Amino acid sequence: MKTRVRLNAADLPFRFGTGSVALVVVAAVAGIAYVLWSEAALSIQRFGWHFWQTSVWDPVQDEFGAVPFIWGTLYSSIVALLISTPVAIGIAVFLSDWCPHRLRTPLVFLTELLAAIPSIVYGLWGIFVLVPAVRDFQIWLPDWVRAIPLFSGPPVGVSMLAAAVILAIMIVPFTSSVAREVLKAVPASQREAAYALGATRWEATRIALRYARTGIVGAIMLGFGRALGETMAVTMVIGNNAQVKWSLFAPQYTMSAVIANEFTEAVGPIHLDALVEIGLVLFVITLLVNFGSRVLIWQMNRPRKRRSRPMPARAEAA
Amino acid sequence: MNLRDMRRRALSSLMFWLSVASVLAALIPVGMILFFVVGKGIGALNLSFFTHAPTPVGEVGGGMANAIVGSLMMVSLGAGFAIPVGVVTGIYLSEYQGTKYASLVRFAADTLNGVPSIVIGIFVYALLVLPVKHFSGFAGGAALGVMMLPLIIRTTEELLRMVPMALREGAYALGATRSRAVFSVVLPAALPGILTGVILALARTAGETAPLMFTALNNQFWSTSLDQPMASLTVQVYTYAISPYDDWHRQAWAGALVLVVIVLICSLLARFATRRLERMAVGR
Repeated sequence: MKTRVRLNAADLPFRFGTGSVALVVVAAVAGIAYVLWSEAALSIQRFGWHFWQTSVWDPVQDEFGAVPFIWGTLYSSIVALLISTPVAIGIAVFLSDWCPHRLRTPLVFLTELLAAIPSIVYGLWGIFVLVPAVRDFQIWLPDWVRAIPLFSGPPVGVSMLAAAVILAIMIVPFTSSVAREVLKAVPASQREAAYALGATRWEATRIALRYARTGIVGAIMLGFGRALGETMAVTMVIGNNAQVKWSLFAPQYTMSAVIANEFTEAVGPIHLDALVEIGLVLFVITLLVNFGSRVLIWQMNRPRKRRSRPMPARAEAA
Repeated sequence: MNLRDMRRRALSSLMFWLSVASVLAALIPVGMILFFVVGKGIGALNLSFFTHAPTPVGEVGGGMANAIVGSLMMVSLGAGFAIPVGVVTGIYLSEYQGTKYASLVRFAADTLNGVPSIVIGIFVYALLVLPVKHFSGFAGGAALGVMMLPLIIRTTEELLRMVPMALREGAYALGATRSRAVFSVVLPAALPGILTGVILALARTAGETAPLMFTALNNQFWSTSLDQPMASLTVQVYTYAISPYDDWHRQAWAGALVLVVIVLICSLLARFATRRLERMAVGR
């Protein structure tokens, strides 16, 4: 729905003026990419692919391998996703389909409040509440469970699990709010057709979920992108120990955490460049994940014209 | 009713309760975090927290006055850059939404929004800290400005689009040019909403820590000089949280409480304002 106004000479300065200000944000993104690339040059030249294949990180000996950080970032984000996805979709379904009308606004506000709490507050809560809880939980586990590699290791509290839990809490509001919007975009005819055939509440919702699946995958990826880049809260609870371990109770490290911890104390130019290179890769990964999620959400939300509808008569919008 | 239908109904209500459970699963952390932050922070919050700089280690007392002032200064600096640029960009996006250039700008804004804050820290470090070889409050403000930019662009564009078409058409009917229609009619109508959106963006960036760590660093002393390292509430909370001292932990909680209260007030404000605007859009 666009009003067309005839191009007026008086509008040209307005158009070019605002347009050139808009260039700032484009320049900022291009600038970030360029700066990261050029600042990481030393490390890229010297280590090449080797950087991403070795796991020794020893700034004093000028030996840098980034495997533990990549591992920690991916592992923590994936575990966080496994925890947060069912919860986020449950929230989205409840708020879009099943929630009593009066409860909706306050519930939306409360869940979105989770997204507004600063990361440092999560971290503080993590250090003093979550980490001790994880430690107690590990001690409470029976011995035969702790013999499984996934749960092995001394009970220190700061761990992959603590990081994943805190990340999961942090990304739930992002995933659920996008998933809710995607579910809202499902045409009413889908659910109404299901009800007309005698479907139960869940069966109708399942049809809506199926219709919205692309967008929901996009919402999950959006949460994934957030989790990958999250810094402070993770740095405070993951234990900052560069090792590749399956154990959820082992202290590990992530890409953003190593940058946060070592950047201002880098011992030499190569150390600094190695950290920037990690930042560059983090930037590229989050860029791809966010781009992918946006494409999926966009595909879901755009009006479908070519797709034929299963029912000839469209239900009037209620 | 046969067995199969009973099973279908049972499954449906099971799913319903699972979704209720997931809402609770999200609300419990909100409740717990607020409970701990208020419970532990309120005891440490006193007048000297707002009026004194930190005392040396071992000396009980002191506050975060320097960090509060530092945060305010850097957020204002960032806002001074991001608000004009962001609002004008938002205007461009809502006015020329169909053009290719607008899609590029929107894509850039979305991308910037997704860039991890720590990466923005590196970017500003290379741009503003490395050439002068020292950390500065100015660099910190710039980093916060970059963080705010996409939020402000987004909120401006969305709110401008919520302004009823009839208002705009009225302006055109009176012979207004596009710029006249925007500045005299559309923008004023959306202004309350944009303003609260901007406040919300400021509150969110005030809670950022990572982009300040390599730009403004931190400062244990009073300093309002923008070319020196500058304290901020968030970095101070971080420093205190990972320290081994109980008194510092108490103050970290107090700092967190201040941050949460700021965010909470701004969120409520934004909620209220957008609802008013939505009502206006519906009542066209």
